[in-house]
Amino acid sequence: MAVTTLNDLQAGQSGTILDVEGNDSLAARLLEMGLIPGELVEMIGQAPMGDPVEFSVVGYRLSLRRIEARRVRIERT
Amino acid sequence: MANRAASDRPPIVALIGNPNTGKSSLFNALCGGQARVGNYPGVTVEHKTGRMLVANSAFKSIELVDLPGTYSLSARSADEAVSVEVLCGEMPSVARPDAVIVILDATNLERNLYLLSQVLELQIPTLVALNMWDRLEKEGMRLDAEKLSDSLGVRVVCTSASKRIGIAELQSALLELLDRGPGADSQGILERSALASATFPEAFRNSVDELEAWFVSQGCPLQRFQIERLLIDDSQAHSHRVIPKRIASAVADRIGQTREHLASNGVSIPLFETRARYGWIKQRVAGVVERQAREQRVSTSDRIDRWLTHRWFGLLFFIGLMFFIFQSITGIASWPMDGIGFASQWLGQQVESMMGPGPLRSLLVDGIIAGVGAVLVFLPQIAILFFFIAVLEDCGYMSRAAFMMDKFMSALGMSGKSFLPLMSSFACAIPGIMATRTIENRRDRMVTLLIAPLMSCSARWPVYVLMVSAFVPKQAVLGGWVSVQGAVLFAMMCLGALVAIPVAWLLKRFVFPGEPSTFIMELSSYKWPSFRVVAMRVWERVLSFIARAGTLIFVTSVLVWAAAYFPGDHSLLDQTTAKLETEQASPNADPAKIQAWTSQVNQLKSDLIAKSFLGVAGQWIEPIVRPLGWDGKIGVAVLASFPAREVIVATLGTIYSLGGAQDETSDGLAENLRSATWPDGRPVYTLATACSIMVFFALCAQCVSTLVTIRRETNSWRWPIFSFVYMTTLAYLGAWIVYNLMSAWLVP
Ligand SMILES: Nc1nc2c(ncn2[C@@H]2O[C@H](COP(=O)(O)OP(=O)(O)OP(=O)(O)O)[C@@H](O)[C@H]2O)c(=O)[nH]1
Ligand SMILES: [Mg+2]
Repeated sequence: MAVTTLNDLQAGQSGTILDVEGNDSLAARLLEMGLIPGELVEMIGQAPMGDPVEFSVVGYRLSLRRIEARRVRIERT
Repeated sequence: MANRAASDRPPIVALIGNPNTGKSSLFNALCGGQARVGNYPGVTVEHKTGRMLVANSAFKSIELVDLPGTYSLSARSADEAVSVEVLCGEMPSVARPDAVIVILDATNLERNLYLLSQVLELQIPTLVALNMWDRLEKEGMRLDAEKLSDSLGVRVVCTSASKRIGIAELQSALLELLDRGPGADSQGILERSALASATFPEAFRNSVDELEAWFVSQGCPLQRFQIERLLIDDSQAHSHRVIPKRIASAVADRIGQTREHLASNGVSIPLFETRARYGWIKQRVAGVVERQAREQRVSTSDRIDRWLTHRWFGLLFFIGLMFFIFQSITGIASWPMDGIGFASQWLGQQVESMMGPGPLRSLLVDGIIAGVGAVLVFLPQIAILFFFIAVLEDCGYMSRAAFMMDKFMSALGMSGKSFLPLMSSFACAIPGIMATRTIENRRDRMVTLLIAPLMSCSARWPVYVLMVSAFVPKQAVLGGWVSVQGAVLFAMMCLGALVAIPVAWLLKRFVFPGEPSTFIMELSSYKWPSFRVVAMRVWERVLSFIARAGTLIFVTSVLVWAAAYFPGDHSLLDQTTAKLETEQASPNADPAKIQAWTSQVNQLKSDLIAKSFLGVAGQWIEPIVRPLGWDGKIGVAVLASFPAREVIVATLGTIYSLGGAQDETSDGLAENLRSATWPDGRPVYTLATACSIMVFFALCAQCVSTLVTIRRETNSWRWPIFSFVYMTTLAYLGAWIVYNLMSAWLVP
């Protein structure tokens, strides 16, 4: 069991979402976008300058900045 | 519903859903509308209504409302707010919808159901369109629509909006929904206990009950859903709309107290709502969707992405793409342009051969054909530019461009979200400014909106192309791959964007300082652009270009013609011209006479225009524009193009047709410009003058519609005035610098 955040995934790696830290509107937005506990997330790649990062989640592609990705705790699979 | 029957107006049906799920495509399919479609989130930013005619029904037509996409009903940006306002009946121009069609992307059901769970709370008859049905299989998914319909308690219709599949079924389902009287079964309105809000914590539901009663006691009854939004969302925008000023502070206190009370009872706002709704969704979709594990399918979209967002290949591709587009516009468009140019000259000659010299002929030939014709010549290039834009928009690259540029934009204090409005400003600043509605952060939105007019819009093309084709040598360099004219055009295209960088930085730093924004964006998957979408986009722009030429440009051309024609006495000129024309037409013409009369005509023409209103105004303006290398005529033409940039081409066309030298080889405006001289015989237009004019137009704010749009989107005159002043200053300085540098370097 390896608990990390979305920010630590390399391209091609995936994990299961545990939760989203904080209870502000950013956290609510991340949840609304489908980063729900129990869902599988895969990192697809990053933008040319390393930030933001593209993820695959509930069947679509989502872009997050690293600082936002750090809010999402996952368990590696 | 009851009061609709009474007032006899057609029922209103709103189309709502997550961004990029095909709402506008469905709208177009249902009512033959012309809503813009594109493959990136945030194409639609305002509500648009269309009429769907229906036979065999209690009503003759249905009014459909296409809305901007939104992920939830807690609006975070101005475009999302439009959807929420229309749905809650708070938009003054649209009555509360009688029914809603919620469009769900079948390939992404769970996230799409989040919005549905909120819409159901509004207790409006609801129908679900399960769109993108054709993509399910490719994504390796299976979905049981009937089961979904049963578990949601709402009718579900499978559609493929872009392929026009399932439209008839959706129409008849909609009619059935509307025909059912109020109170009948399965109206698409769920029992309270079946809604997701029934799973909210008990403390929260009790608080909403109390507030509901309290609002009634204050004489301001609110829907339950509105109260929930007031409690949960921290944006104040919604409360401003629904709460009368007199109780605003009492409401704020009350909401604050309730939130504290809830927090002490372990209800964490706003997270509990998302949790409860996703819990509800999990129950509804159990056994409905079957997804293959990701390893079993290789997504082409991802493979393309690996290249297009590659560390350096991605950026290289982006720059190469832009350059290719500009090169092909200059290359491909030249022959249809020659054709149209030829046609307008031919028309002028026909008019000249049919009527004798006089004010009416001058108005037709010098005012209308030379003015409007000069602008119409650019129609093919506008069409080609929009062809490329439409292909880019519909293939899915736009959201990737935003993704790649985010880091760069964040260095300026903004986010990749700002990049999309700026890209569309390259077509026209007006939709670009409107598209800033998708930017959540207000300060980011303001900065983006203020720099958007600096992007090189298609109205600048005519100015650039005219100057470039008249004054930049037609040469190819680098082994014939790059034309010098194309390269200069490319440089002009980039100039505004480059100047926008420091402007944005300064604005963000000193006028709109604040916290960094976020960048949470859906990346649409790549697909082949649809022929219908591309053709419609090009057609729509071509029409509006012609409409502009027929109205705005026509009127300015006539005004400029009048200013340049009156108050002089043209009788001697008309007599001489008539003599000259008979002589030219006669079989045994005397070359000496022709030469003498031609030079007399030219002399008279330039004397008359110098004494006209325009000529006098030109003398006033000349000292101001002299440092830019312009003469008074250019100065007046630039002033007269305040309504729109491309008007300059029309005004120059008119001025030089009236006052320009007439000789046998004269072919069109470019030639007239080349032969214009100062009183001492030096040519007015040098490469330096041409560049100074181009730079001025790259940076100036000569576009009334842009200024009016800025006023509408910011709700104040302050910002359009600010834009005009800062851009005109930049334009003057830029033109001055370029003129002086170039004349210092280029003159031997
Ligand atoms: N494969 C497929 N593509 C579709 C379907 N419906 C729409 N599209 C495509 O999806 C993209 C988005 O369509 P739009 O109609 O602009 O979507 P929208 O919901 O209005 O988007 P926003 O206005 O940005 O919220 C376009 O490229 C359409 O051609 C469909 O049923 N199947
Ligand atoms: Mg749309």
